[in-house]
Amino acid sequence: MTDLTELGIAAIRDGVRAGTFSAVEVAEAFNANIAAAKALNAFLVETPEHALAAARAADAARAAGEELKPLAGVSIGMKDLFCTAGVATTAASHILEGFTPTYESTVSQNLWDAGAGMLGKLNMDQFAMGSSNETSAFGNVISPWRRKDGGNAPLAPGGSSGGSSAAVAARLCPGATGTDTGGSIRQPAAFTGISGIKPTYGRCSRWGTIAFASSLDQAGPMARDVRDCAIMLEAMAGFDAKDSTSLKLDVPRWEAGLSPSMAGKRVGIPKEYRVDGMPAEIEALWQRGIAWLKDAGAEIVDVSLPHTKYALPAYYIIAPAEASSNLARYDGVRYGLRDLPQGAGLQDMYAATRADGFGSEVKRRIMIGTYVLSAGFYDAYYTQAQKVRTLIARDFQAAFETCDVLLTPTAPSAAFALGEKSADPIAMYLNDVFTVPSSLAGLPAMSVPGGLDEAGLPLGLQIIGKPLDEQGVLNAGLAIEERAGFTARAGRWW
Amino acid sequence: MSVDTTTVKKVASLARLAISDADADKLAPELSNILGWIEQLGEVDTAGVEPMTAVIPNQLRLRDDVVNADPLTGGGIRDALMSNAPEAEHGFFTVPKVIE
Repeated sequence: MTDLTELGIAAIRDGVRAGTFSAVEVAEAFNANIAAAKALNAFLVETPEHALAAARAADAARAAGEELKPLAGVSIGMKDLFCTAGVATTAASHILEGFTPTYESTVSQNLWDAGAGMLGKLNMDQFAMGSSNETSAFGNVISPWRRKDGGNAPLAPGGSSGGSSAAVAARLCPGATGTDTGGSIRQPAAFTGISGIKPTYGRCSRWGTIAFASSLDQAGPMARDVRDCAIMLEAMAGFDAKDSTSLKLDVPRWEAGLSPSMAGKRVGIPKEYRVDGMPAEIEALWQRGIAWLKDAGAEIVDVSLPHTKYALPAYYIIAPAEASSNLARYDGVRYGLRDLPQGAGLQDMYAATRADGFGSEVKRRIMIGTYVLSAGFYDAYYTQAQKVRTLIARDFQAAFETCDVLLTPTAPSAAFALGEKSADPIAMYLNDVFTVPSSLAGLPAMSVPGGLDEAGLPLGLQIIGKPLDEQGVLNAGLAIEERAGFTARAGRWW
Repeated sequence: MSVDTTTVKKVASLARLAISDADADKLAPELSNILGWIEQLGEVDTAGVEPMTAVIPNQLRLRDDVVNADPLTGGGIRDALMSNAPEAEHGFFTVPKVIE
């Protein structure tokens, strides 16, 4: 029998429907792969029974001749930022150790309603703050990929959705949820040779998703290919009255709308994304992407996004400012860790709990956020950043007058080694240079694999679309996918 | 913008983060670096530009004036709310004594 963990979401769904294999067989196969992959540290909590229960329900529905749900038989991984009822949820932070939500996030509930089951909760950068998965309080996730130089240096799976990217790339799950605040779906997808899409801000409800920077946070799927992302996003998205920024729109049938033809479409190439010191390999990858989209029938146009270089500094005001406010809730009173030194009063308890519970990158961002919002600095930093954000969004608006989607590299390099950038916060922040601008503008954006670098590591291409045009993004992604013929995978060493 | 140790301690206190002298000394140059890098935003001419308030135009909605319209966000869930409290007694969250 074929190894069921080699199958993606569409193939599993179709196979279960056709009766080629049972949903329970699928869940068991992935559970076994997870049990054998502890070395990757991708999962914080394993929930084999959750996956099996959903699988049994799918098999029973099929046996009874009922119509199967859209994700019946599909087991997925859940980033630990999503609250899951009865299953520990920590956002990979010590401060939430022992927290077991009594409710289900809207996105995860949507997936269960669509018939999916959960294989476990995935490791991540603490509170989604990081680009390498090194800020987790529960250890680094190790990328399944290794450089072909034989050095075996453990590599970063990207971040913050590093457990998700590693798990999908290592065939521990056919798809996983991610969240993206400044690139946390797209950069890890690029680093591990998989696909991932951040939809338009407001497509996926934020209710029950642990907040980092509320004006930027968006959930999205990470999976092996574009079709699987479309299927999973359809299940995750949808209006939710419990999130005031949720968009009251029907969920398009993205999978049915998939088409790799780019005839009549114009693809913009933003000149400001050709940054100083960009490796030749990234430039070559970009040129290949341009050629593939031309081959698919697209017309290539040069566009300018003049405020691109200001996106990262604006982001590092806005995101920490929102984080410092959102994370004020961790006070040692209502949930999570409490550190009450002998004889301490209430204020000391707050300060001790937070100093103990938050990791150093989280504290660094809370400090930056508190500083830029403090009296006397608010206008110079926060208001100025929000004005620059308006200009960045206008840049995109102007560019989209002459093109339908934008094509850029996803990240300025392939995966780096763990520890290589962690000593210098700004070097780490710069890794998100290509993903942050579209986040600030709330636009849908996706990463698809585009090839390998000289060390044999995956590189990703990013497609950015107009607001609500996930279909255009997915279709351009499909056009690249069909031409890139990316079949490389991490050799199993774990 | 250079941030000194005194400022770091003041900000840490505003953020309710206990901080040792050694950590404050370490954090001061780090924050100075990051804030120095951020300061390039000052170059951008933003005269007459409105600060962004919503990335996607959206109107805030009013919910129906119905009690417990959505049980997930309604009332009557005291035990669920308190089930994760580090210390709770008699249906109350407890904190150290705040009055003498």
